[in-house]
Amino acid sequence: MKTVRLPLALLSLMALAACSAPPGTWGWYVIDPSTPSGWTNVKFLLRGFSSTIQISVLAAAASIIIGLFVALPAFAQSRWLRLPNRIYVEFIRAIPLLPMLFWVFYGLPVVLRSMGMNLSIDPFWGAVITLALSDSAFTAEIFRSGIQAVPRGQAEAARTIGLTRAQAMRYVILPQAVRRILPPLANQFIYIVKMSAFASVIGMEELTRRANELVVTEYRPLEIYTLLIFEYLLLVLIISAGVRWLERKMGADESR
Amino acid sequence: MAHVSKWYDDFQVLRDITLDVDHGEKLVICGPSGSGKSTVVRLLAGLETHQEGTIRLHGEPVDAQGRGDVGMVFQQFNLFPHLSVLDNLMLGPMRALGMPKLDAHDRAMAYLERVRIPEQAGKRPGQLSGGQQQRVAIARSLCMDPKLMLFDEPTSALDPEMIAEVLEVMEDLARDGMTMICVTHEMGFARRVADRIAFMDAGEIVEVEPPDIAFAAPKSERFAQFLDKILKH
Repeated sequence: MKTVRLPLALLSLMALAACSAPPGTWGWYVIDPSTPSGWTNVKFLLRGFSSTIQISVLAAAASIIIGLFVALPAFAQSRWLRLPNRIYVEFIRAIPLLPMLFWVFYGLPVVLRSMGMNLSIDPFWGAVITLALSDSAFTAEIFRSGIQAVPRGQAEAARTIGLTRAQAMRYVILPQAVRRILPPLANQFIYIVKMSAFASVIGMEELTRRANELVVTEYRPLEIYTLLIFEYLLLVLIISAGVRWLERKMGADESR
Repeated sequence: MAHVSKWYDDFQVLRDITLDVDHGEKLVICGPSGSGKSTVVRLLAGLETHQEGTIRLHGEPVDAQGRGDVGMVFQQFNLFPHLSVLDNLMLGPMRALGMPKLDAHDRAMAYLERVRIPEQAGKRPGQLSGGQQQRVAIARSLCMDPKLMLFDEPTSALDPEMIAEVLEVMEDLARDGMTMICVTHEMGFARRVADRIAFMDAGEIVEVEPPDIAFAAPKSERFAQFLDKILKH
């Protein structure tokens, strides 16, 4: 029920604003699906979903893989093996998303070219790489804390039945850490979806970029950005419903 | 182990520990908390490092032991909660010894019979009583065919009515000739099973005696006081 209450409250608030505003404030015709031009505009905006979703899913998947590989050295015995983990996390975490996006999109191809790789990075992959990198520092920390939360006795018991450290991690520690890791990881996914809006500034035709373009031609920012907000709201609500389902499932599993 | 000393930073937890355990011998280590008895056992299991002295098992250093050659039973059981009882037992033989699944299954079931809970094989550890969990933990170690079994206060986390079932399993094991080192305060068990009892205090081995001598006439004042305290109730 909670999921429904928030958008309802927002809607009624806006309805209130619409009613009390002087005539001419709202011009819903611009995205009115019952008129041909309004319907064209709505379709144009909704088509942004596919890029936003693709970028978010790819970036999240990459971030999880990078995060795991960044997190694992944190459990090495040697200080020198642990060091790269700390440097990566502290460094990546400190870079704001937008500057990093500019660096990856405009700067990285230059670096690659100097290394003899003639790769250009299009807005789509620029966005995926940036979001994945930026988020991976946080996923790495989520992995680390999840793994550290598994009691020490588990690793010790694994050791006394002859498992190597890697086997203990794979068969004993990680399966137990996963249930602590999944919920915060899913929350992180919500973050990625919202941050993918930045891809609009390097020309990626996702939700935000399309809204911007339509605003320029139709000159109706209020209505178009309102719809834009609801587009993100819809995505995030779907994800949070998924997160809650996951948490319930994990919780049920825990109590067995 | 000979002349073993260990420090945590400036604090010396073990002082010049020298101890010999023969093949098939049962040694009980007792002493007040903080005396270093758990540390001795954890060193033998390869879970801790020491700074001075040598530890050898069958002539080899601890870290050169075969995988699972030294079994360990913990106070808190440390079963793997995400795996069934059977999978807890099969994990070591399959992953550390490379045993085929069917063989590992047969071996696991055989040891579950031995600790008298084959009917619990499909359950998760969390569904078992403390005594049952500790018996599963013993079976899990036995599945690796250890040459030496270590017990670190195996009954201290159990309700009184469950202590007996775990001690019975341990006595069974002792009768079969397993080499055992047990940290425990169960003096009845020590009397029945131990070849020798070692008393530790403040990081030292104060006295090592066969049980009949230890209980009748302990040489050191500290051991006598300790026995007096724990045998009173």
